[in-house]
Amino acid sequence: MNLQINAHASLLKQSRLKWLEVLFWLLAFAAPLLSPSHVLIINEIAIVALFAVSLDIILGYTGIVSLGHAAFFGLGGYAAALFAKLVMPDPLVGLAVGIGAAALLGLLASFTILRGSDLTRLMVTLGLGLIMMEIANKLGWLTGGADGLQGVVMGPLLGRFEFDLSGLTAVYYSLSVLLVFFILLRRVIHSPFGGTLMAIRDNRLRAMAIGIPVNERLIVAYTLSAAVAGAAGALMTQTTGFASLDLFEFHRSADVMLILVVGGTGWLYGGVAGAIVFKLMQDFLSSITPQYWMFWIGLFLVVLVLVGRDRLIRPWTWWRSARGGQS
Amino acid sequence: MSTVAINPGETVLSAQGLEMRFGGIVATNKVSLDLKKGARHALIGPNGAGKTTFINLLTGVLQPTAGRIVLDGEDITTLAPNERVGRGMVRTFQINQLFDTMTPLQTLALVVSQHVGLGRKWWPSLGHSAAVARRCEELLTQFHLTEVMNQRTSQLAYGKRRLLEIAIALACEPRVLLLDEPVAGVPAGEREELLQTVAALPADVSVLLIEHDMDLVFSFATRMTVLVNGTLLTEGTPDEIAANPEVKAVYLGHGEDAHHD
Amino acid sequence: MLTILFDGVAYGMLLFILAVGLAVTMGLMNFINLAHGAFAMAGGYITVLLMQRFGLPFLICLPLAFLGSALLGALLERTLYRPLYNKPHLDQVLFSIGLVFMAVASVDYFLGSSPQNVQLPEWLKGRTEIGTDPFVLGMGHYRLFIIAVCAALTVALQYVLTKTRFGSRLRASVDDQRVAAGLGINVNLVFLSTFAVGSGLAGLGGALGAEVLGLDPTFPLKFMVYFLIVVAVGGTSSITGPLLAALLLGIADVAGKYYIPDFGAFIVYSLMIVLLIWRPQGLFVRKGGK
Repeated sequence: MNLQINAHASLLKQSRLKWLEVLFWLLAFAAPLLSPSHVLIINEIAIVALFAVSLDIILGYTGIVSLGHAAFFGLGGYAAALFAKLVMPDPLVGLAVGIGAAALLGLLASFTILRGSDLTRLMVTLGLGLIMMEIANKLGWLTGGADGLQGVVMGPLLGRFEFDLSGLTAVYYSLSVLLVFFILLRRVIHSPFGGTLMAIRDNRLRAMAIGIPVNERLIVAYTLSAAVAGAAGALMTQTTGFASLDLFEFHRSADVMLILVVGGTGWLYGGVAGAIVFKLMQDFLSSITPQYWMFWIGLFLVVLVLVGRDRLIRPWTWWRSARGGQS
Repeated sequence: MSTVAINPGETVLSAQGLEMRFGGIVATNKVSLDLKKGARHALIGPNGAGKTTFINLLTGVLQPTAGRIVLDGEDITTLAPNERVGRGMVRTFQINQLFDTMTPLQTLALVVSQHVGLGRKWWPSLGHSAAVARRCEELLTQFHLTEVMNQRTSQLAYGKRRLLEIAIALACEPRVLLLDEPVAGVPAGEREELLQTVAALPADVSVLLIEHDMDLVFSFATRMTVLVNGTLLTEGTPDEIAANPEVKAVYLGHGEDAHHD
Repeated sequence: MLTILFDGVAYGMLLFILAVGLAVTMGLMNFINLAHGAFAMAGGYITVLLMQRFGLPFLICLPLAFLGSALLGALLERTLYRPLYNKPHLDQVLFSIGLVFMAVASVDYFLGSSPQNVQLPEWLKGRTEIGTDPFVLGMGHYRLFIIAVCAALTVALQYVLTKTRFGSRLRASVDDQRVAAGLGINVNLVFLSTFAVGSGLAGLGGALGAEVLGLDPTFPLKFMVYFLIVVAVGGTSSITGPLLAALLLGIADVAGKYYIPDFGAFIVYSLMIVLLIWRPQGLFVRKGGK
């Protein structure tokens, strides 16, 4: 038995690109061309998917429950929007600004989630979301307050592609950013660093006992997650042309958690799958009962938990459970 | 296996007057213990004597209310737990503390990567380094885990989980190894594997063993410390301990003499 | 200033009654129940409906609000909550958020989204002032009533907890469920009754608070944070902890909104974060407790 090949090959198999993935991304990029009338919803799905994937970093891979992830989404969104209005309308620079602002907040906030129980962390993350909402509200002269920030006009992407009414530039912009971050995060979770995060999630005590500097890793993971959430927020305000307090609302944090849970935590594609399902469902149900959308989400959540989260979307894991559970 | 001559007198780990108070309760009462290089040192005592608390103090999970811990001449009393691991002090847990969603291979790959300093790397994949993979194979073979190396840890038999528990500690290349009841709860059929592995630990690793299984203790240990109600009762060679009437009265004489068959 | 203190105390006592059920069930079942506010809302709406549709007097509605919410709580505990006790906290959070969403949307659908008004009986309206400038204490009669009722309930709770058999069964179950069951304590029954009483108290608090806090379908979402603050800061191992936390929160909130109106809420949230970082287990933890 040639063991040398066995271990090395086994490990590498986990992180190899699967053809299904390639197919998925090809389809995703073809979608706007295949159905141009749905460009707007595809754009929304891409943005929400990025937001959900950012949450997966801390929730699915590090085991931190956060009820206030919208804080980073909103900050990224407002930062990018204000940058476009007040400094320069270049989308990529604005994206960087949104990411930077959210990352900074994430870095500061990460110190609040290091200690304490699940409940404490829940409170602290919820509190941050509420504080950001309050601040945005109170700084009305800057953020437009309850009315929001209108007229966020973007310059041409890469100097060539105008954001026009067809929405094609916007949707490909969002899809591309999603893809870039996805590739990045995919490498992170398959790396030793990603492994240490999962160790922290599975057994923090043992992670410490094998030399992992837990606090340091938590800070990095949380900052990374915030940065990506900020990117999603920036995309939101840049492609829709306006920013409102709604970006910081509690229901956004709750929705993104639902999306991730539906799609499945801990396999990165969960955020994407959940986003697709959620947005399509929302579109469908809104046309039936526009005002009471909240009721259906609530019912879905209750049923989801009672039935069991894992049983939902990933039928192929039913026989994969004998082997390692990474994607 | 090391061929370096071991100076039997050299102290690797020294606990000096360690005390642990929880409110009014003194769990550890000024306990001192010196672990020599290459030691096979057993820590025994009745249930509730504070043995695991002592390990928790050594590893930094608990901060002592008094006393010092010196590792290789360096005072590590206030050092963080993960840093102590970096200095070579590693422990196993009485109740398995494993990473249930990962496979043994992934677990060991992770531990080895962390140990050789790859823990911060985020671009190369976990399986990238052939050296890490080789080390994993060694450990998997040494601990009889090769057949189950790709199974989810949560689904392994208890004996295998226990083996993995110790394999993880060895993957950190400890200089000081603290084993907390390694054979606890292991079914008869799987004990031999485990006992062989413990007996085959490298000679230059200094081992402190907590165990209730007297067969294992007496066959393994060259030195023993007896702890009762958090206080050090006595210390000596196995023969001295076995002959000590105080020890017999407190511990061995209570029918806990575990001569299993 | 004394008036502000008085108002803060009234607010705090009200928060305590609203949140004490949550604190006890969290400590008992280790279940994060974000839907607790929905029971408070139920009590409030029961009161409003009974008064407006059936003309019942305010005082009669209060115990009915308690009963209604308690029954609702018992029903939900038995059917929905019980299977979820051992699930991970994330699941519990998702579940209870789902319940809140359903409750909020349902009430909105059936009863409309405008705030409800509670017509207080004449003898509860009005205000008494004592003292001379500048130390005037203005006591609204209704707030006085709230303080009195809540204080009486607090004393009763403490009595039940420490001096009755049920209380000791409850405390035993909180300390160690398995051992308690092993001693023959019917843990299921303890859970059920505790949850019911906790929800009932929330309902009573909702009824009492409708006039002071405002009552509309978004009530559970608006006040969820406050209940959680009381529990997180006050701890779950006693009822004096949440009591003190609630008073602290009530006074801080009222004072903050009066003296620094622009940043009132901001102060409360920041204070909470600071407190939780400083003492992650809550401010008032019994030594050796959970």
